[in-house]
Amino acid sequence: MPALSELEDAYERYVLENEDGFVDEFRERLRDFGGRPTPLQRADGLSERYGREVYLKREDLVHGGAHKLNNALGQVLLATYMGKERIIAETGAGQHGTATAMACAHLDMPCEVYMGRTDVNRQRPNVFRMRINGAEVNPVDVGRGTLKEAISETMRDWSRTVERTHYVIGSVVGPHPFPAMVRDFQAVISEEAREQVIEKTGGLPDAVVACAGGGSNTMGSFAEFVPDEDVALHAVEAGGSSLDVDEEAGVAPNSASLSTGAEGVLHGARTKLLQDSHGQIMESHSVSAGLDYAGVGPELAHLVETGRVTPATVDDEAALEAFHRLSTAEGIIPALESAHALAYLEAADERGVDLGETVVVTVSGRGDKDLETVIEETEKRGLESAPDMRVFEGGLR
Amino acid sequence: MSERIDAAFADGPAFVPYLAAGDPDYEASLAYVEALDRGGADVIELGLPFSEPIAEGPTIQGAVVRALDAGMTPERFFEFVADLDVEAPLVCMTYYNLIYQYWGSADRSEARAANASGETASEEGPRPFVERAAEVGLEGFVVPDLPAEEAAPLREACDEFGLDLIFIVAPTTRGERLQRIMDRVSGYVYVQARLGTTGARDDVSDQTGASLERLREWDVPKAVGFGIKTGEHAERIVAAGADGIIVGSALVDIVAEGHEEGRPVEETATRLEALARELAAGAERGARRRGEDAPEPEQP
Ligand SMILES: Cc1ncc(COP(=O)(O)O)c(C=O)c1O
Repeated sequence: MPALSELEDAYERYVLENEDGFVDEFRERLRDFGGRPTPLQRADGLSERYGREVYLKREDLVHGGAHKLNNALGQVLLATYMGKERIIAETGAGQHGTATAMACAHLDMPCEVYMGRTDVNRQRPNVFRMRINGAEVNPVDVGRGTLKEAISETMRDWSRTVERTHYVIGSVVGPHPFPAMVRDFQAVISEEAREQVIEKTGGLPDAVVACAGGGSNTMGSFAEFVPDEDVALHAVEAGGSSLDVDEEAGVAPNSASLSTGAEGVLHGARTKLLQDSHGQIMESHSVSAGLDYAGVGPELAHLVETGRVTPATVDDEAALEAFHRLSTAEGIIPALESAHALAYLEAADERGVDLGETVVVTVSGRGDKDLETVIEETEKRGLESAPDMRVFEGGLR
Repeated sequence: MSERIDAAFADGPAFVPYLAAGDPDYEASLAYVEALDRGGADVIELGLPFSEPIAEGPTIQGAVVRALDAGMTPERFFEFVADLDVEAPLVCMTYYNLIYQYWGSADRSEARAANASGETASEEGPRPFVERAAEVGLEGFVVPDLPAEEAAPLREACDEFGLDLIFIVAPTTRGERLQRIMDRVSGYVYVQARLGTTGARDDVSDQTGASLERLREWDVPKAVGFGIKTGEHAERIVAAGADGIIVGSALVDIVAEGHEEGRPVEETATRLEALARELAAGAERGARRRGEDAPEPEQP
């Protein structure tokens, strides 16, 4: 793909070498438009519950409500430096689409977003937000209609339009240079968190915990800690409803590619994938749309393989419980994606994994987009830890 | 290198049709591929369906879904090739993961477990797939998601078994990349007539002439594909200098229509054969026009 060599060249010049002051402009816009730096907050309720110091890196407070803006803003800005005239993007949870739509409106670029039909239906607030910011949303009906189909469709668009279009990939996935570039744009999370935790506690944390879908939040949360060998890094994947797979039906009821996948090649990257014994990619599942992807970033897969990052899974139900726990204990409604990372605090204890004295957990996004799903799933499961949603006269819906 | 593919391009323009193997089911698909052969195919590209066919437009995506739903797998594909009764040499068009993941007769779960625990290094990579392909009589591969930079292992396996590795050159491919493809390609080069994914169009891109011009020095045949639909398109493309034409979606459309409308297999096969003849004849006319030093091909 010539588009990739062109992008690689732009990445090296602007992002790595700050040509034309790209990085300075990016940082300034992240600050003024994006609302950075985000706080590192001590979570008093959770600290008490788990008997350790729990710090939350509040990416839910980034403009748009998720870490996704860090990358979207970086790439859309880069596209303007490259002289591109049009932006396309895929989205799962709609967070990346929303962030891209916002960045495009901010930088005056036309924007089209591909989104699986299933995700359009379960993430409606974000579909509206994208439309309101002026983006076109194209539903994708292929397959089960989630993130991997949306990525394939966006790649098809790109192959027709590369000359004037930049494809803003939403995670550390896809062909080089995307995984490295997206990591660099997201590394601001760990750059800030590392400084903030030292400032607050006088030292490095014992562990950093982050949820992994494609892995951009994970890589962003880990990047600056990777050389700190004493800091344990935990990537939490969606265990969905089960870790078993139905090979016949071609579905995995989870999105745990790091924990259960096999090496393969998808969307231009060699990495861990959920696939059947023939190499066909399987449909993944998670209650949280943003984690629902059959692959994971190649660098993250590599860090797991070399033992630097520990993978773990948390199932749908545990994530829902953690969602309610954080909401009632701390007054923060997390994205269902982030709830997986928070659930790991509980799961680690149960599994005898010692997270140490001080733990940083990234709250990658806020949960407003997930309320419909949460209400429905909470009711369905009769979760005892959750408030009763039926107390209102006439019900909620 | 496959001598049969060389031979297919040696006398006159080659007509290279594509169908997805197993679309809409195994038996019908055998009949359809054989119909193309009777219709004058010089090389046949057979799609081995992959779940994420990113280079394909809606028509071939539909074919892939039908074939997968009907149970097509890499092993079934090899059986399919062995079952075919055709004259034309066959090329497998598929995506790299299926090639990379094929473990031959080895039990994958056992092999994986052994690999993970570092016991026996089992055969990972493209070699078992290529070996099996050679065994059933395939002559080469087109792998749209494999960049030339990453193709060395597959190239080596192809060399070992005497198969061709065909690359696609897009209108935007230039410079070093073009050079790398030239160094690795064999059989023929697949010249993409326009940007984008596969799919039949009502006109033929005028980028073709310019695309061919860039590859003039290459000593492999140049087959042009993406969007060719009629005998007249074929004529113009060959008159513009192509050594062959590749036609997929226009043929797959006939399969899809036959399937949707419940037509008997023979009827759909007859239609495929008729379009094949039209396309092959168009290519011949194009070659004669070129021979006569005909006027510039009309712009679409
Ligand atoms: C809030 C939030 N967290 C996490 C993710 C997972 O993606 P990634 O692993 O690339 O960070 C998403 C994806 O949409 C998200 O919206």
